Amino acid sequence: MLYREVGEFKTSYAQDSQTFPIKFDKYRYYFVVLVGLLFVPFVINDYWANAVFLPFLIYAIASLGLNILTGYCGQVSLGTGGFMAVGAYASYKLMTAFPDLNILIIVLLSGVITAFVGTLFGLPSLRIKGFYLAVATLAAQFFLIWLFNKVGWFYNYSATGMITSPDRSFGNFLITGPNATPASKYLFCFFFVFLLAWIARNLTRGKIGRSWMAIRDMDIAAEIIGVNPLIAKLSAFAISSFYVGIAGALFFSVYLGAVEVTEAFSIQKSFIVLFMVIIGGLGSIFGSFAGAAFMVLLPVALKNLLVLQFGWPVDIAAHFEFIIIGGLIIFFLIVEPHGLAQLWNLLKQKLRIWPFPY
Amino acid sequence: MNFKKTILSALATLFLVSPVLAELVFPSLSYRTGAYGPNGIPFADGYEDYFTLMNERDGGIGGEKVRVVKCETAYNTEKGVECYESTKGEGALLYQPLSTGITYQLIPKASADNIPVLSSGYGRTSAKNGKIFKWIFNFPGTYWDAASIATKHAMDMSDGSLDGKKIALVYHNSGYGKEPIRTLEVLSKKHNFELMLLPVDHPGQEQKSQWLQIRRERPDYIFMWGWGVMNSVAIQEAANIRFPMENFIGVWWSGSENDVTPAGDAAHGYKSLAMHAPGDDFPVYDDMRKYVIDKGLGAGDGSNVGTVLYSRGMYAAILAVEGAKSAQKIHGVSKITPSMMRDGLEALEITEEKLASIGLPGFAPTFKASCENHGGTGSAAIQQWDAKKGTWSFITDYMTSDQSVIQPLIDADSSQFASENNITERCN
Repeated sequence: MLYREVGEFKTSYAQDSQTFPIKFDKYRYYFVVLVGLLFVPFVINDYWANAVFLPFLIYAIASLGLNILTGYCGQVSLGTGGFMAVGAYASYKLMTAFPDLNILIIVLLSGVITAFVGTLFGLPSLRIKGFYLAVATLAAQFFLIWLFNKVGWFYNYSATGMITSPDRSFGNFLITGPNATPASKYLFCFFFVFLLAWIARNLTRGKIGRSWMAIRDMDIAAEIIGVNPLIAKLSAFAISSFYVGIAGALFFSVYLGAVEVTEAFSIQKSFIVLFMVIIGGLGSIFGSFAGAAFMVLLPVALKNLLVLQFGWPVDIAAHFEFIIIGGLIIFFLIVEPHGLAQLWNLLKQKLRIWPFPY
Repeated sequence: MNFKKTILSALATLFLVSPVLAELVFPSLSYRTGAYGPNGIPFADGYEDYFTLMNERDGGIGGEKVRVVKCETAYNTEKGVECYESTKGEGALLYQPLSTGITYQLIPKASADNIPVLSSGYGRTSAKNGKIFKWIFNFPGTYWDAASIATKHAMDMSDGSLDGKKIALVYHNSGYGKEPIRTLEVLSKKHNFELMLLPVDHPGQEQKSQWLQIRRERPDYIFMWGWGVMNSVAIQEAANIRFPMENFIGVWWSGSENDVTPAGDAAHGYKSLAMHAPGDDFPVYDDMRKYVIDKGLGAGDGSNVGTVLYSRGMYAAILAVEGAKSAQKIHGVSKITPSMMRDGLEALEITEEKLASIGLPGFAPTFKASCENHGGTGSAAIQQWDAKKGTWSFITDYMTSDQSVIQPLIDADSSQFASENNITERCN
């Protein structure tokens, strides 16, 4: 009834290729952005920022990045944690080496540095595929963590190898450090998420995105029709790492404020982001958000439900969290192997013909 | 994005917590799950049980009931941040996260929120310098004290000189494990011994290559900064290569019953540092059993009462309670705020009489905190494991660390922190 295409006629190519062809979707999208921009910053407090919004937004960037590489270009990567660490340490070095540099530029530069490192580790993808490539990126993960542990220069020779982000501001607003307001931290991350999701959406439906998908679907056929695998694969690695690097920089400087490489960017991180992509939906922008929400928000929601509402002991609640989330992952993968995004698509198709299905 | 909205609106209904402010709130950021759970459980039991004992036996602290807000961190910094944010709004007086990683997280955050953090025997060593770390306390001892005391004990065992000896440090490859390195490096120059660094990655089950290296290099002494399963694996590995156990010295976090029992008789003679006495031969445990455990009010199943880490958790709670009492005395009110709590901790003095009145005569070293010194005297004893009897026992008195080495390091590290964060010195 409400959700339909009937009566929407396309008279130009621009209309035909729009992201949200259905009016309802378009308005919903505007609504979410407006709420995110004009409502949330005024009501957000420390808890909502640090436990809910910041991790969700930052993981969304990371899973967008991995989705470009794995979902769109078909190159499996287990190095996400290592590349996030590159972003984090790049931002730390830039922050401490150039105290006057704007935090916005620092985060972008960290992304660029990570893109460079990612391209370097993407080189083997030109020769090896599938599981073998996964192992090569796994090597990147372990090598990078080892490097940041071993070489004192990266953590400015601090006694513990921990890096702590100093206070940096954007204009008059503190973005990093303990005195930053939750609203400014949130808006800073929201800006990046909005920008990067918008770029990702437009990249994936342009020439470069189509060449990625051609490589993903069948690399030999793609080569025959004129896609250059060198450019396609390396650009996927570069852009994906750029996203992951920005996520790492924000994760360290804005969200946690102090990290330790083995704990924060371990192989665990690579797996979590990969799970987000798989559960959310490979090759889908919406899926990246859905996956991040599933892996970040659900544990927090469950904890609050079980401990605060039901009054369960914290350890039993923590164990049940594992059971419930594990069960849900299996359930979703059985019911819809293509992820939450596909589930959402099916729902949309059903909605279109509701209430008069054939 | 609809999905996100539904989750968020569902969440919104879950956060309707009504803060009750008529009590003293002590959050317990514990970990009863995950790789470090076996060590986190006894500590959390001891910490929470002592507050229960206060409520049951004394009717709270100075007439005010204590409320312990529990939150599970799983030794994970992201969850630790979530726990901190969710509990601080309830009027939390003091944080004791039992994790060096989470402590590093909380140092800037809690300082900005004006809530004290007490990391007894862990966390950032240079927080001992109260002139710069106003809100952070780490008495009764720090990792750098521990490194110095372990070296001292090794020196006593080698007849007063470590000249030409080789000491290996087997450490958890994290902020926690790396803390003592700087001190040991300075000490190795001072006493002319060779230092070997052997990092073990989280969670510490895989140590074959490190012990192979030890077998090859044959160090005279091994120090260990381990936690969780890493401890018992290391002791087992040391037994496998027949390393003399009396030359193997762990920090105070590597010296509990569950670290040595898996290795069985092979662990006999293993040593560790101790910041308090082992065993349950103290009057307070009778009260604990009578008022808490036997009534079924214990935080755990009661099986941990009297173990080293249970006592450690209880000791952490005792320091918090005594800090609160001294705060009540200074400010003359029973309902204290976090900043009053801070004043109380800064004026905290642990004397023999005080320990005896708590029911723990001779349990721990005495110390007096001050504006400059947030780290106590830095003394610890050496305890040794008797596998036949299944008990830890002290083999030395409390020894103090080599302050001529540690104080300059603390000053250097804390002044670096001060200049990075634009902090001016207090107490002048």
